[in-house]
Amino acid sequence: MTQMSTHYPDATRIEPVNRHTLAIVVDNEPGVLARIAGLFSGRGYNIESLTVTETEHEAHISRITIVTTGTDSIIEQIKSQLERLVPVHRVVDLTITGDAVERELCLVKVVGKGDHRVEAMRLASAFGARTLDATLTSFVYELTGTTEEVERFIKLMTAVGLVEVSRTGVAAMARGADAMTF
Amino acid sequence: MSETMTGAEMVIRALQDQGVEHIFGYPGGAVLPIYDALFHQDKVKHILVRHEQGAVHAAEGYARSSGKVGVVLVTSGPGATNAVTGLADAMMDSIPVVCITGQVPTHLIGSDAFQECDTVGITRHCTKHNYLVKSIEDLPRILHEAFYVASNGRPGPVVIDLPKDIQFKAGSYARPVNNQHKTYRPTVKGDMDKIRAAIELMANAKRPVFYTGGGVINSGPHAAALLRELVRLTGFPITSTLMGLGAYPASDPLFLGMLGMHGTYEANLAMHECDVMINIGARFDDRITGRLDAFSPYSKRIHVDIDPSSINKNVKVDIPIVGDCAHVLEDMVRLWRQTAPQQDMVALKEWMGKVEGWRARNCLAYRPSAETIKPQFAIQRLYELTKGRETYVTTEVGQHQMWAAQYFKFEDPNRWMTSGGLGTMGYGLPAAIGAQLANPKALVVDIAGEASILMNMQEMSTAVQYRLPVKIFILNNEYMGMVRQWQELLHGGRYSQSYSESLPDFVKLAEAYGGVGMRCDKPADLDAAITEMINIDRPVIFDCIVDKTENCFPMIPSGKAHNEMLLNDYLGETGTDIGSVIDEKGKMLV
Repeated sequence: MTQMSTHYPDATRIEPVNRHTLAIVVDNEPGVLARIAGLFSGRGYNIESLTVTETEHEAHISRITIVTTGTDSIIEQIKSQLERLVPVHRVVDLTITGDAVERELCLVKVVGKGDHRVEAMRLASAFGARTLDATLTSFVYELTGTTEEVERFIKLMTAVGLVEVSRTGVAAMARGADAMTF
Repeated sequence: MSETMTGAEMVIRALQDQGVEHIFGYPGGAVLPIYDALFHQDKVKHILVRHEQGAVHAAEGYARSSGKVGVVLVTSGPGATNAVTGLADAMMDSIPVVCITGQVPTHLIGSDAFQECDTVGITRHCTKHNYLVKSIEDLPRILHEAFYVASNGRPGPVVIDLPKDIQFKAGSYARPVNNQHKTYRPTVKGDMDKIRAAIELMANAKRPVFYTGGGVINSGPHAAALLRELVRLTGFPITSTLMGLGAYPASDPLFLGMLGMHGTYEANLAMHECDVMINIGARFDDRITGRLDAFSPYSKRIHVDIDPSSINKNVKVDIPIVGDCAHVLEDMVRLWRQTAPQQDMVALKEWMGKVEGWRARNCLAYRPSAETIKPQFAIQRLYELTKGRETYVTTEVGQHQMWAAQYFKFEDPNRWMTSGGLGTMGYGLPAAIGAQLANPKALVVDIAGEASILMNMQEMSTAVQYRLPVKIFILNNEYMGMVRQWQELLHGGRYSQSYSESLPDFVKLAEAYGGVGMRCDKPADLDAAITEMINIDRPVIFDCIVDKTENCFPMIPSGKAHNEMLLNDYLGETGTDIGSVIDEKGKMLV
């Protein structure tokens, strides 16, 4: 008897996993976010980051930015599955269309005295973070940057009294004059 | 043009405007206003089912046998949750259904009100789209849009969840000028460059095979006619999935029968050995492909599908064509005629010789018996005795379903209704009721198993009430046969819970419902009994007592490739140990 593989799509096939940023233009109707989030959970796809808000108020259009990971074929599937949803107008893979600008905003709260406090201020200024709130024992900083910058900032701040983090997730847009319409 | 009416009246008016003649439903508190509106008119006829799951399956049978959209009306809470299995079934098999569910009044939504459930939340993943109507102004648009979404692109079920206060509210209704969705516009026309490339690949094929599916049926009778034309033009052999049976006539010499797990030897080997595969409206389901890394290793593949997400999902293809089967087939036929390609007749002749060799293996042969009715024999006789008629066949799920697919020969599309993707036991009887309603003069037979039929047995009452003379042909082997077959294959023949204990007397059961009951257990009596059944103009339960040990072959066991099929003579005597056929790894799969 020959060794058997599987009756289902082969999960053992090794393909490189890549990170993709998708911009999804949708009708801003009730449940649309649940549809999209549910599609990811139901089909076992990853969501690394998700941001959503209405961008065209009159037309009730929202733009959702999702950062996901997967093999090339999984990413293709994600895109076609998204496009299949009735309220989805367009799906653009910003990673494939090239060199998109990606930014996220994070708020961090650090608590400390003495050297830690001084070091926190130095780091914040080195990263170009804005001070949104200060007390004698704490700061709230705002930093906007790439995911990597934000990660690095948080990592360093951990050493000097970081107590709380809030992040928006990635907002992204393709470079150049071409606009993504709905 | 616009008229003022209540939300409930709008529902009925929109159904009338959509040309809906029959709806399947069950009343309840949250849909009473709609039932009242129904009462005041007689254009839309309501079929009262006995369970909401039955309503959706009946709508599926109606839709698939008529090409129209099936319509369901159920109440909130349990009405909606009971309908979920049917909706999931329609989703998997791409059947156009519009299901209107009642909901508690808008101000009570979220309060855990009586018979409240989050219907749009629950049905989000088992519908193509769903709506919660929160304002009377949206209702006319949503009602018509639902029909557009259900029937365009890859068809599927659409739910409209309608709170009771909206049903009472007055608003203005006007029939929309163009019944479309503002953004949902599926591609129906295939890309001509791709179609050209496909024709070129086909023209140079040495070992081609058509592999067609339910998409051809969904595309309409025109698609089936074009498929026949293309197959005859090219002279290529053709196989079909379970869902696609009837798109190409089974009696045609080029037809190889169904492919896949219980497909024919010739169909599966043709898929394995082919150099060009032309997939039209099928989706490379795991029951078709078997072991993926050994699936059709030598082929270049063309895939025509209206749903882009079906392309490259399970199997990589070389020429993907997104579009409606009928549109693409029309272009293919035209291009083939225009180019009149010089085919490699020597290679094609050799290929057909090979295919005939496989066919000569006669994989559907079985050991006949004079004492017990073999289930295969029962289906063959049923087919032979109903051949000349307009016959529609539905099935439940299990061994009987596969035998029906193997031994009943379908010549026309829309005549065969079965639960393919979801595999829902209990589908057949309500689907038969729907099919009979859509085709009142036709013979409608539900080929059933004694276990499956009990799952929606209550619909017998519906059949009797509406004088729908459906024939329930039970292959009674007192086992959940397919479960028992897998237990033999995988679990050492330990028949855990697969014996049909305490079965009802189906003859008496039929009579209790007001139908006709029949029983047959002798092969010699079968023809006369079937003929008698056909001639009864009332619902019949035919309890056909068959061989209890027969298994369904050919079979590609879990984790095997198309060229590693089990044939029926593999075992010698039936019922001997087949437990060693699948190894440990294969046992992890189903």
